[in-house]
Amino acid sequence: MRRFFLIAIPYAWLLALFLVPFAIVFKIALSDAAVARPPYMPQFDWVTGIGAFIADLDFENFVWLTEDDLYWKAYLSSLRIAVISTLLTLLVGYPMAYGMARAPSEWRPTLMMLVILPFWTSFLIRVYAWMGILSNEGLLNQFLIWLGIIDTPLTILNTNTAVYIGIVYTYLPFMILPIYSALERLDGSLIEAAEDLGCSRTQAFWLVTIPLSRAGIIAGCFLVFIPTLGEFVIPSLLGGSDTLMIGKVLWEEFFSNRDWPVASAVAVVLLLILIVPIVLFQRNQQKQQEAEQ
Amino acid sequence: MTRMSWFNTVSLTLGFAFLYIPMVILIAYSFNESKLVTVWAGFSVKWYGELLHNEAFLSAALVTLKVAVISSSIATVLGTMAAYVLVRGGRFLGRTLFSGMIYAPLVMPEVITGLSLLLLFIGIGLDRGIMTIVLAHTTFAMCYVSVVVSSRLVTFDRSLEEAALDLGCSQAEAFRLVTLPIIAPAVISGWLLAFTLSLDDLVIASFTAGPAATTLPIKIFSAVRLGVSPEINALSTIMIGIVTVGVVTASLVTKHQLVRQRRDEQNAERS
Repeated sequence: MRRFFLIAIPYAWLLALFLVPFAIVFKIALSDAAVARPPYMPQFDWVTGIGAFIADLDFENFVWLTEDDLYWKAYLSSLRIAVISTLLTLLVGYPMAYGMARAPSEWRPTLMMLVILPFWTSFLIRVYAWMGILSNEGLLNQFLIWLGIIDTPLTILNTNTAVYIGIVYTYLPFMILPIYSALERLDGSLIEAAEDLGCSRTQAFWLVTIPLSRAGIIAGCFLVFIPTLGEFVIPSLLGGSDTLMIGKVLWEEFFSNRDWPVASAVAVVLLLILIVPIVLFQRNQQKQQEAEQ
Repeated sequence: MTRMSWFNTVSLTLGFAFLYIPMVILIAYSFNESKLVTVWAGFSVKWYGELLHNEAFLSAALVTLKVAVISSSIATVLGTMAAYVLVRGGRFLGRTLFSGMIYAPLVMPEVITGLSLLLLFIGIGLDRGIMTIVLAHTTFAMCYVSVVVSSRLVTFDRSLEEAALDLGCSQAEAFRLVTLPIIAPAVISGWLLAFTLSLDDLVIASFTAGPAATTLPIKIFSAVRLGVSPEINALSTIMIGIVTVGVVTASLVTKHQLVRQRRDEQNAERS
C-alpha cells in the first residue's frame, strides 16, 4: 500500500502537469482560431464524443505554417543559429576544458568552481551584461576606438553577431563540463605511447586526445544545441528585428497576435524537430554508460 | 604534467576573462554616479538607494522568493520520491512512461512548457497567480531534483538499508534513519538547484503568471527591453553577490564534510 502511494504521487503529478498540458497543446494546434475568450474554438467535447472530435480534426494550422514562409524561415534560421553557435561554443570551450584537465590537480576544484559559478548566476543578468558592452556607445566600441582599430562604432547589438556572443557566453559551462570530465579520465600514458611511437605532440592530440574525448564533445554539443534551438531570451535582448528564432516567433504569436492555435502548432513542429537530436543524445549517453561499465 | 604549457595558460586566462569580465563591468557600473551607463562619472551607491524605494521591484522580489521557497520544497519531496521509485521501485505499470516524464522536461524548450501549462490552467479555469507559478516551477524542478538524487541513490550501498531492516526497522524507519542521512547532500543540492532555477526562470513564469503576480525576472525583462539602466545594474549586482556567497559557502561546507567523512573512514579502518 505504501509502495503504491510512493509511485502514485509523483506519477499523478507529472501526468496532470506535464502530459495532459501537452495533449492540450496538440488539441489546440488542431482547433480553429476564434475571436473569443479563450481565443480558440474548443473542438473536443466529452459529450459529443471522440468520434465527432476526430471527424472535425483539421490540419489547417499546420497548412498555414507551410504557406506563410515566415515560419519556415524561422525554423531554418533557428537551426542555423543553433548549429553555428554550438560550433563556436566548442571552439571556445574545448581549449578551456583541455587546459583545466592539464592543470595541476590541486587547482582543478577551483577551476571547476569558476566554470560552474556563472551557471548559478541568473541567465537573464548574464545576457543583460552584454547589452551594455555591445551597444554603439558601449565599452567594446569605446575600447576599440581607443586602441585606434576603428574610427566609427561598429553595430553589434541587435544583430546576429550579438546573439552568437550571447549564446556562447551563457552556454559555455554546458560545453566545458562534459569535455573536461572526458579529458580528465583520459589515460596520459596513451599520449606518451603515441609520442614514443613517433607522433609529434600535435599529431598525438588529433589522433589520440580528440578521439578519446569524443563522447564529451558529443554530449557538450547536444547540451548546447538542444536548448539553443528554442531560445527566447537571447534573441529578444541581443538580436535585432532580422534575427528570426522560432522561440521568439512562438512568444510573439502568443502574446502579440494572440493566435493560440498557431502558437500551439509552432510548438508542436518545434518539438518534432527536437525529437531527432534528443533521441540521438540519449543513445549517445546510453553508449557512454555501457562503455563505462 | 605539473607545469602548464603556455597554450593552456593562455586559453584558460582568455576563457575565464571572457566569462568574468562582463559581470565585473556590470558590477563596476552599478556604482556609477551617472545615469548614462556608458559614461563614468564617479563612485556612488545612489542606485542601490533608489532600488530600496522601488516598490514594484521589492514586491516582485517578494513574490519570487515565496514562489522559489514553496516550489523548491515541494519539488524536493516529489523529486526524491520519484528518484526512489526510479532506482528502487522495481517494475510497475507504465515505468517507461514515468521515467520519460522525468527526463523530458529537462530538454523541453521553456516556451513549450510555459505554453502548455498556461493552456492547462485556462482549460481548468484556474486563476493565474502565485499558485500557478508554483505549480509550474514545481513540475520542472522536481525533474532536476530527481536526477540529482537518483545519481546518489544508484551509488548507495543497499546492504546498509538491509542491515537496518534485519535489525528490526520498518521500511519507513530504515529510510528515515539510514537512507535519508546518506543521500542528504544530494537532497540539499537538489533543493538548491530547484531554488535557483525558480529564481531564475523568466519564460515559464511569464506564461503562468497572471496580472496579479509578477516575478522579479519578468520585471527585469520588461525593464531591460528598454535598455541598460544603472538601477538594473545595482539589482544584478545584489543578485550576483547573493549567489556567489551561497555557492562558495555551499562548496566549502561540502568540502569540509568530505574531509570529515574521509577522516572518519580512516579512523574506522584503523580501529
